[in-house]
Amino acid sequence: MGMTATQKIFARHAGRERVTAGALLTAEVDLILGNDITSPVAISEMKKAGDRVKYPEKVVLVLDHFVPAKDIRSAEQCKTVRDFAAEQGIRHFYDVGKAGVEHALLPELGLVRPGMLIIGADSHTCTYGALGCVSTGVGSTDMAAAMLTGRLWFRVPEGIKIVLEGSLRPYVTGKDVILTLIGMLGVDGATYRSLEFFGETDSLSAEDRLTIANMAVECGAKNAFFPVDDIARSYLSSRGAEFSEEDVFLPDEDAAYERTLTLDLSEVMPTVAFPHLPSNVKVFGRDVPDGIKIDQVVIGSCTNGRLSDMRAAASVMKGRKVADGVRCIVIPATMEVYRNCLDEGLISVFLDSGAVVSTPTCGPCLGGYMGILAHGERAVSTTNRNFVGRMGDVTSEVYLASPYVAAESAIRGVLACPEV
Amino acid sequence: MKSGKVFKYGDNVNTDVIIPARYLNDAGEENLRAHAMEDIDPSFRSRVREGDFVVGGFNFGSGSSREHAPLALKASGVRAVIAKSFARIFFRNAVNIGLYIIESAQMADEIAENDTLTLENGVLTDLTTGKAYPLPPMDEYVGRILEKGGLMEAVKE
Repeated sequence: MGMTATQKIFARHAGRERVTAGALLTAEVDLILGNDITSPVAISEMKKAGDRVKYPEKVVLVLDHFVPAKDIRSAEQCKTVRDFAAEQGIRHFYDVGKAGVEHALLPELGLVRPGMLIIGADSHTCTYGALGCVSTGVGSTDMAAAMLTGRLWFRVPEGIKIVLEGSLRPYVTGKDVILTLIGMLGVDGATYRSLEFFGETDSLSAEDRLTIANMAVECGAKNAFFPVDDIARSYLSSRGAEFSEEDVFLPDEDAAYERTLTLDLSEVMPTVAFPHLPSNVKVFGRDVPDGIKIDQVVIGSCTNGRLSDMRAAASVMKGRKVADGVRCIVIPATMEVYRNCLDEGLISVFLDSGAVVSTPTCGPCLGGYMGILAHGERAVSTTNRNFVGRMGDVTSEVYLASPYVAAESAIRGVLACPEV
Repeated sequence: MKSGKVFKYGDNVNTDVIIPARYLNDAGEENLRAHAMEDIDPSFRSRVREGDFVVGGFNFGSGSSREHAPLALKASGVRAVIAKSFARIFFRNAVNIGLYIIESAQMADEIAENDTLTLENGVLTDLTTGKAYPLPPMDEYVGRILEKGGLMEAVKE
């Protein structure tokens, strides 16, 4: 039997002709990512076994979770990473002013290229598979070992093939597609597997794909993979990411997929994940109840903090006011997105509507700061997790949705979807 | 014979409830121990003793890649985590830091809250029920990392 695209990329990085699902191997990695939460642990682990990072040019350190530092301890963690970057000569170090939410930042900087094997000490590292590479979340000790040796151990994943048909309706986005899929697969339905997407991908922009791949981990997947087509090429070229045709991988024709799912994009409707699992999805017009009152809206994160997300939210909020009693927090994911929002007048739209606009941070997504929920409060959020206590008090609730739904909900004060 | 008590939970015990993100501004053992399992079992930290066991259902350790989660359990003295299945990053992290994990639906079903367990010579024994469970075979590579006490110890060689 042939190999999936993911398996081929693992084979290349392990220096083998072929690999089979389930095999354990060590492979050379191309990029090693860490943030202000996971890197300090990796740095102290690395120093137990050695002094120097083997390939400083492959390491990317992004301060994004609790920055600008939210308290003294966070400031100390940032300082640890900053000092380490200087000491090791790590060029790809992104501090406040240059930084952004890591998974929005790396593709934007052109650091992500097809055919790469990327690891990151952050679970949403799976985002980059939207651009024809294999990328997966690991832990801090993994990051430490990879910094020291340039290699890491992996289990070669089985593949799940997702065949897309048709095209998206208005107000339906990549977020709705991935929430629909997580609803179909369940939160552990793809554990250890690759999700490989084929078929009619033309209606999915590069940013839609980044959103879809971002949440692959929410059904347990190791990685997501989209083949490199014209849309990906045009995005990569606009970001200055150079690659050769040898870096472009497709599965073998007889690749062994564990299962195949078909999804008709034209049937995907605006979707919301209700508390407290990303798989607990309901669909507008079918089973989302009316009148769910909300206290807060968050628009941002590595899932939906890119320019297209900001444009979507602004298109709904333009000329309208955030409902009384609702706090609407908009967080452009990177400084470039922030700048573009300013240049396009989107920041004015948000401010005029009564929203606040923050500098880039992961902040409220993981209940860090910049919008923590009190006892019993409800938020509609464009982020990726709605676990118990994720955004604040253990009795608070998070509803995951697209920027369109989040923005419409902010205006109406209840969970709501724009009318077509 | 060294024994430990069981703390039992359900499916999808995620890393946010094992160690909430509001405590991730400090990766020190003391901080992690002080807040381990806080959002799922606020009394865990006062009841857990060195050598105790955590038992879960499907998808244990799902969510964030924070190694702080298995570190918090290890710092609390947890001897091993037994679950029907593990999320992959938690699995890696546990192996890499030398926290013993056992994937077994049978054990996770049959072992009850507060049971007393021993783990010796590849056999887990539930002293409360008298039932003995040979440990499922482990991949050689993973076993070697655990044997060394973690990935960095293995890498050193």
